[in-house]
Amino acid sequence: MSTMLLCVFLLPLGMTLLSFLLPRRVTEMATIVVGVATFVLAVSLMSAVTHGVVTAPPFLRVDALSEIFLLATAFLYPVTAIYTIGYFAKERSIVAHDGADAIPQFRRYSRLFYLGFNAFAWSMICAPIVNGLALLWIAIEITTVVSALLVAIDRTDGATEAAWKYVLIASCGLGIGLLATIILYYAGSTVLGDSYDLGLESMLRSASRLPAVPVQLAFGLAVIGYGTKVGLFPVHTWLPDAHSEAPTPISALLSGALLATSFYAILRYYQIAVGALGPAFPQNMLLIFGVLSLLLAALYLFAQRNIKRMLAYSSVEHMGILAIGVSFGAPIAFAGVLLHVLAHAAAKGTAFMGAGTLVHKYGTKEMSGMRGAIRALPFSGPIFLIAIFTLGALPPFGMFRSEFQIVSGGVSSGHGVVGAVLVILLSTAFLGLMFATTRVLFEPGTSTPLPSSEPSYWMVVPTIIGVVALLVLGVHPPDTLVDLLTRGAAELTGAAS
Amino acid sequence: MIDILAVARPAPTVFDGTANTVAVIVLLLEFGMLRASLFGAQVRLYAAQSVAVSVLAGVVAVGRGVPELFILAVLSLLLKAVIVPLVMMSQLRDSRAEIAGSGSLGVASEVIISILVAAFGFFAIGALGIHSEVLPAAALSLSMAVVLVSFVLMILRRDVISQAIGFFSLENGVSMASLVIAAGLPLILEVAFLFDLLVAVVVFGVLIRVQSDRTKSFSTVALDRLRG
Repeated sequence: MSTMLLCVFLLPLGMTLLSFLLPRRVTEMATIVVGVATFVLAVSLMSAVTHGVVTAPPFLRVDALSEIFLLATAFLYPVTAIYTIGYFAKERSIVAHDGADAIPQFRRYSRLFYLGFNAFAWSMICAPIVNGLALLWIAIEITTVVSALLVAIDRTDGATEAAWKYVLIASCGLGIGLLATIILYYAGSTVLGDSYDLGLESMLRSASRLPAVPVQLAFGLAVIGYGTKVGLFPVHTWLPDAHSEAPTPISALLSGALLATSFYAILRYYQIAVGALGPAFPQNMLLIFGVLSLLLAALYLFAQRNIKRMLAYSSVEHMGILAIGVSFGAPIAFAGVLLHVLAHAAAKGTAFMGAGTLVHKYGTKEMSGMRGAIRALPFSGPIFLIAIFTLGALPPFGMFRSEFQIVSGGVSSGHGVVGAVLVILLSTAFLGLMFATTRVLFEPGTSTPLPSSEPSYWMVVPTIIGVVALLVLGVHPPDTLVDLLTRGAAELTGAAS
Repeated sequence: MIDILAVARPAPTVFDGTANTVAVIVLLLEFGMLRASLFGAQVRLYAAQSVAVSVLAGVVAVGRGVPELFILAVLSLLLKAVIVPLVMMSQLRDSRAEIAGSGSLGVASEVIISILVAAFGFFAIGALGIHSEVLPAAALSLSMAVVLVSFVLMILRRDVISQAIGFFSLENGVSMASLVIAAGLPLILEVAFLFDLLVAVVVFGVLIRVQSDRTKSFSTVALDRLRG
């Protein structure tokens, strides 16, 4: 098992290095192969971690909680890699049209893109599987610097502005996260001695003996610091800009995987804080941030004109749901939160890829310029509609199941009022999403309708994969996955041995 | 009489005095960045601040007998006082834009706000009672003040250089905090943190370059297209 874990770590890293050397077409295919292999390896780790922890000393460690976040990234990595081929097809045709001068420029662009894409996936895979809070911080910092360059890669005014805001705000957040790490190190040093490596095992075991004040401070700083990357209100401000200006495959990864990866860091601090302080303080803090994020996102969803910004605010909404779910503290809500991480990765990945296809077809990100898309895009149109349905937690998809679990966890743990507020805000957000989407898909445009065709079937296949995954998660999740979620929830309640 | 002597505070040792002095210098240099009007001056102030933090690491290494900190001191001196300023200067060599007057408030108001914020950080952390045997508690409070003032610098100055330097000096504040309360942090992690900073510096440098190439200025005033 530890060899497999090592392979999960090494394969994307190797692919990153190879992206330098290989020609573009080979890189495209190799990235998909490596992505699929990584996903298969991640899936094959599932049954082992439901029974215990898998380690590959000295730096790698996977338990049920980290496995879930690993699965989310490992799923989106190959799926977005397939999408990228279709995404580049149009650029290639433009380049062919522009003549010989544009070819080296495009070659350089795609090489940089694949280098960044693989490095980004690798860093997000590293974050949940490294052992220790200091290494976790390093992995998340690497995700920031790599993805900031990817946001800027198109070099438009908007992309430059978004990348600058992103790198500055997220780096400041991570500076606060580093402070949290150091203060937690201090708390740990009172129990574990002057020099230790912040390993998860020892921190969790000694959590109950840690001094309260430094742990409180560290948890607060961690929620604000890592919360910046999660996109919690009021430190979410980089998120809509970066998500809307990045190339679509990167937006899908940012939203489906990166936000969750940073949320994973908060969950680790949560585990330690609950051990040291009891559940009240960490849960209340997450509740406040969660409700505010959800409220903000639900209101902003109505005002969006740019399709990718709208989806970005939907991500803020879903991260709010995760925070609220954790604040309920009930095992069923925890299982719901962890399922929500997987469902959100699939749903938001699919939605962003669908939106990317719309942007390609209509040549604009503004929703006012997209009309009658359901006819113009015979496959992507309906799939985009399904993706929006899943984001609104309509049955039978995965998010219905996860949000149902979260709300029932809230009601069963005596948080009925918050549960009701959650349902109201979720419905408001869904209304906002639906209004915008139905206009784009069904309202006939004033100009001549575009011919009915897909820009590329490479862009359709990954969205179908996403919808199938959501159906599986919603209708009949595999037994191993259910065991994994139960085990993950037990780890969060501190009940796993 | 004996009782009075027993409760009287002992005079600070030479070690404590030196450490606190260096920590105060770090904070004062942070204030200096608020009023720097040329990007060269700002980068030099950052380099000086990094030297002070490295000296503090050296002081702890000698005073408390933690030999790994010598290695850290040398590495951080090399990286933060030499390489980072060189990278920044080389990215900006061709640019002639100035950063003078980029503050959204006058210098005096900025300094007053920073003094208030620094005092808040200093006393708030002091009140938490987090002590370590390595450095006097005042150094931790001072490092928190540095962190907060660096936020003021980033928020109030509207040019990319000040914002980037503000972030790097925030990292200096965090390094100082780590010297106070996490001196035993394994060297490999400390070095990884430093390496990470280097990567961040390169990314900041690239983005500053892209930004100044596009707009021929360092100002962030024009970066308001994306909103809502």
